[in-house]
Amino acid sequence: MKHNILALISGLLFGLGLCVSEMASPTKVFNFLDISGNWDPSLMLVMGGAVGVTMLAFRLVLKRQTPIFSADFKLPGSSSVDNRLLLGASLFGVGWGLIGYCPGPVITALGFGLTYPLFAMIAMIAGFMVHRLIFERNP
Amino acid sequence: MENFTPVSALIGGVLIGLSATLLLLFNGRIAGVSGILSGIFVQPAGDRLWRLMFVVGMIMSGALYQFFGPGGFENSTEVSLLVLVIGAFLVGFGTRMGGGCTSGHGVCGIGFISLRSIVATCVFMAAGFVTVYVMRHVFGG
Repeated sequence: MKHNILALISGLLFGLGLCVSEMASPTKVFNFLDISGNWDPSLMLVMGGAVGVTMLAFRLVLKRQTPIFSADFKLPGSSSVDNRLLLGASLFGVGWGLIGYCPGPVITALGFGLTYPLFAMIAMIAGFMVHRLIFERNP
Repeated sequence: MENFTPVSALIGGVLIGLSATLLLLFNGRIAGVSGILSGIFVQPAGDRLWRLMFVVGMIMSGALYQFFGPGGFENSTEVSLLVLVIGAFLVGFGTRMGGGCTSGHGVCGIGFISLRSIVATCVFMAAGFVTVYVMRHVFGG
């Protein structure tokens, strides 16, 4: 129960960060990705602010043996750079450049009551599903 | 650069970093949005509710900000519905294939100084730059 409430608070903070920084606006993201146009470096500072916190704080957090509400840290196992990573990141980057939404902003923008985020959410989940059908089929 | 908003960008970024730190410190989980969302559909029952709560929190923030705060978010006028659907599909497919998005690789992975995440972030940013260049300046938006 506690960890579910924590997840809700974490989600609220994450969404607030995307709204305050306007990263939930595709136009703001397009203006960052459009280097040759009227460039808006704001996204760089959003990443910088976020990574500044995580780089410092994650190091301190991982000094603990266990998280506060659960038995263990679930961290990604793989650290290798392979073709799947490169191709996946490329396809994601193309999609991101086409629509100006990455997954976080799609979800937060659902709360704006607009049509585009809703269509984007459905198509994005379809992308998850198709990937699963092709690559994650368990025997 | 008249659209540059350094203060709100930095504040927003710090909030996102704090969100990821809370999730790791208390729940031991990475705040990777594409992984959290896709896991709602595929993870075992006991591993679903916290994911849903995180997503609900994100949507609530959007609604509160839009309707009770400064708001002002609109549909993008430069994207057609067809491009939106194709692009969002690629975002979904690509983030699963690459094992993360802007939050999982960008915010959290770089926070761990993971080579894999640093490479992924450079690749999706480069692909985003090229795509927007082509859409805005080759096809003329």
